[in-house]
Amino acid sequence: MIEKVINNFSITIATVNGSGSQTANVTLLRALFKMGIPVSGKNLFPSNIQGLPTWYTIRVSKDGYIARRDEQEVVVTLNPASFGRDLASVQPGGAFFYADDIKLPIVRTDISVYPMPVKLMARDANVSPSLRDYIANMVYVGILAQMLGIEMETIQQALSFHFKGRTEAIDSNFNTIKAAAEWAAQNLKKSDPYSVARMDSTSDYVMADGNTAAALGAIYGGLQFAAWYPITPASTLAESLNVFLPQLRKTADGRQTYAVLQAEDELAAIGMAIGAGWGGLRSMTSTSGPGISLMAEYAGLAYFAEVPVVIWDVQRIGPSTGLPTRTAQGDLTEIFFLSHGDKQNIILLPGSVDECFEFGWKALDLAEHLQSPVFVLSDLDLGMNQWMTKPFKYPDTPLERGKVLWEADLEKLNGIWSRYKDSDGDGIPFRTVPGNKHSSAAWFGRGTGHDENARYTEDANTWESNMARLKNKYDTARTLVPRPIIKAAKGATIGIIAYSSTEPAVEEAIALLKKAGGPKPAFLRLRALPCTTEVHKFIKKFERIYIVEANRDGQLRQILSAVLPEHALKFHSICHSDGLPLTAGWVKDTILAQEEKI
Amino acid sequence: MTTPATTQINKAGLSKNDYRGLPSTLCQGCGHNSIASQITTACYDLDIVPEEIMKFSGIGCSSKSPAYFLNRSFGFNGLHGRMSSLATGALFADTSLRAIGISGDGDTASIGMGGFKHMVRRNAPLVYIVENNGVYGLTKGQFSATAEEGLNLKHQGINQYMPVDICMEALASNATFVARSFAGDAKQVKELLKSALSHHGVAVLDIISPCVTFNNQENAFHSYTWGKDHEAPLHEISFIPALDEIELFGEFEEGTVREVKMHDGSTILLKKLEKDYDPTSRANAFQMLESAQLNNWLVTGLLYIDESKPTLTETFNLVETPLNRLADLDLRPARETIDKINSMMF
Repeated sequence: MIEKVINNFSITIATVNGSGSQTANVTLLRALFKMGIPVSGKNLFPSNIQGLPTWYTIRVSKDGYIARRDEQEVVVTLNPASFGRDLASVQPGGAFFYADDIKLPIVRTDISVYPMPVKLMARDANVSPSLRDYIANMVYVGILAQMLGIEMETIQQALSFHFKGRTEAIDSNFNTIKAAAEWAAQNLKKSDPYSVARMDSTSDYVMADGNTAAALGAIYGGLQFAAWYPITPASTLAESLNVFLPQLRKTADGRQTYAVLQAEDELAAIGMAIGAGWGGLRSMTSTSGPGISLMAEYAGLAYFAEVPVVIWDVQRIGPSTGLPTRTAQGDLTEIFFLSHGDKQNIILLPGSVDECFEFGWKALDLAEHLQSPVFVLSDLDLGMNQWMTKPFKYPDTPLERGKVLWEADLEKLNGIWSRYKDSDGDGIPFRTVPGNKHSSAAWFGRGTGHDENARYTEDANTWESNMARLKNKYDTARTLVPRPIIKAAKGATIGIIAYSSTEPAVEEAIALLKKAGGPKPAFLRLRALPCTTEVHKFIKKFERIYIVEANRDGQLRQILSAVLPEHALKFHSICHSDGLPLTAGWVKDTILAQEEKI
Repeated sequence: MTTPATTQINKAGLSKNDYRGLPSTLCQGCGHNSIASQITTACYDLDIVPEEIMKFSGIGCSSKSPAYFLNRSFGFNGLHGRMSSLATGALFADTSLRAIGISGDGDTASIGMGGFKHMVRRNAPLVYIVENNGVYGLTKGQFSATAEEGLNLKHQGINQYMPVDICMEALASNATFVARSFAGDAKQVKELLKSALSHHGVAVLDIISPCVTFNNQENAFHSYTWGKDHEAPLHEISFIPALDEIELFGEFEEGTVREVKMHDGSTILLKKLEKDYDPTSRANAFQMLESAQLNNWLVTGLLYIDESKPTLTETFNLVETPLNRLADLDLRPARETIDKINSMMF
């Protein structure tokens, strides 16, 4: 008898895009989560509405590891087009479930094979013909539930959440799932070792995606204006604003304290957001790489005219159109230097869904505090997939509105003030916003050279001192942005730096390195640029720093080499970009291979 | 600002001086200066408080001009062709404010055409003035999209393409106020500006504003044709003769066509709309623009108006208090809501 493997394997489900399998997949994910088992789900979907192959992978991990794995122990396929690939992808000893209407040869003898009467059961389900394909997905939910031991009660909870309590939809799906489970109990004999069992490791968590969290964070940050243009994988961020703002930010008489506008393109989206930011509103836009490229010119104006605005980039893999539905961390250098002329930008790097919430409100505070564009870099993996996350925490600091002068303030100053003067030595000037009725309130915003009073000038010294002040302001930003999370280890011999959604892979890789008797790393997760002093200290400590990121060129390494040239030779890139989230195995192997060369 | 007792003041208690801007750095004789001066007068006449106006512009000669009027108004000189979006966002800050945008033919009809038309279709409440001279002045004399077919410019050759008619584009985008004027017809410019400033929604005002320096060919729609014998290559121009702005003397009667003499003696044909022209009919407006094109007229006056449509900001059902004056308490949801939000997650 082979040894049972409980709560420690990956499932991949292969379907056809547009067939409605997402409901089934998320139902499985949520049911497992409700069983208290740490779980993660990755949707690998095509840029297409209907017809191309799509995969969904679920990892259950009793140890709490939620990074993607390359190895798949349980594979389900409903798609003849990917059947061969799917069959080949099953780990030896694994389980292969397939729709029995696919009449293709099964050439492997080292795995357990389970046919599923998907078409037949969908036909028997009491639903209209148009819903048959959709309900067919519930057949594999029922069969997997039976064969892996997923509790029916948690499946029902997941369905009830998904269908928002609509009994008819819940029942018709659940009936199919139950029928499929019964069929499996009577007709399939389990011969693989994989199953799940209830744990108690998820009670402190909820499940959410990063885009929803970002939108909610911005709403709790007092967001007043957002403009956006649809783009995968960022659209659901702005759409979530439209879902939650009416619930959270209308007055008792139904009036809005906010406006969200779908623009005609990204050029306009950022233009509107900057107009609103100049007008004194907490303002943002959200997009992905191609949109960022279009926004470059306006981002430079906001930097130079010193207008607060928050720009979310939910990254997808580029360059160019790239793979619109695949993830990467490829926009870091572009955004760090975005727009022409001398400048470095402020970037926040959320590493989890609850951090997307936190940085959602913090970014608005920083933008107004610093009178500057603030970028937040998420990615498709973080933004669109469902993650286990700590519940969202109510902001622990009041709204930061920055140095804004109103009528009463100007009255006290006898109307004497200068828009671009560094009165406090922090590089941050005072500003007024339209609607201020004091006769000395008005100033003329511009992207052209200006003096302390915002008047046009071509004077060489004035230009240079203004640029020096902007640099000083950037140094102030260094003291205000989120500090890194450092996991020091006694006797660590190497440093690892990573950011955003790669954290789970790095955490697990560190455990794997230990198991393999490899080097002992200390881990710094960077949460913002510019680098705070903690980053400098960390880098100083180690002879070798491995910088892990999901891009081809090692973009953070490029930036750190540029801003800390004295340490550049310490930096080693662990970078890789194929559109999929990094795996712990790859991170570990690559670090070990590089260590061997030394 | 204090005003001498002898100075005339309007109902807002302000003198003309309170509406002035910085001295213009545009060429002497530029039509844009005359428009700036009429904006000053129109705002004074309407008793608008300068602090209750926002000024916007894109990039180009025209876009510099907001600095030359209403010094006490907030202004933002944005990017080339992108003023429409900048203004659209800013309009939400305080909806009690009025807004004036100044653009040019390059800024609106070339690089900014998309944004312009979308701003128009949203009925964003601002006066959008195109100072239209059919030429790129600030980069020294290239064709713009409103340049007429066959126009011959030094170092550019002959324009092969049909011009963009800004009024036609505005109408096609469902503008709620469309007018055209000529910078030299100060009285009409002022009256149209006053109507535009009083309009409920987007008011597109296409003002033919001759470029004294670069659009200098005879019979050109947008010209003063000053230098037909001037042979200096465009990029070496260092001497710009000081010319007077062209003005129309005497009453320009409705319904009449008037020849306007340019500096070199060439003419353009201005056609003022008939007294009984009905500007509430969109079909009329299209027809008028079509026949003007056939007759080689520049038809001036209020072509179309519709006061019934809600403005962009009205469609949002915003609170009474200007958004930019809301207190923190209005902006951050109450602490107890966070548990409900977390319970909405799975």
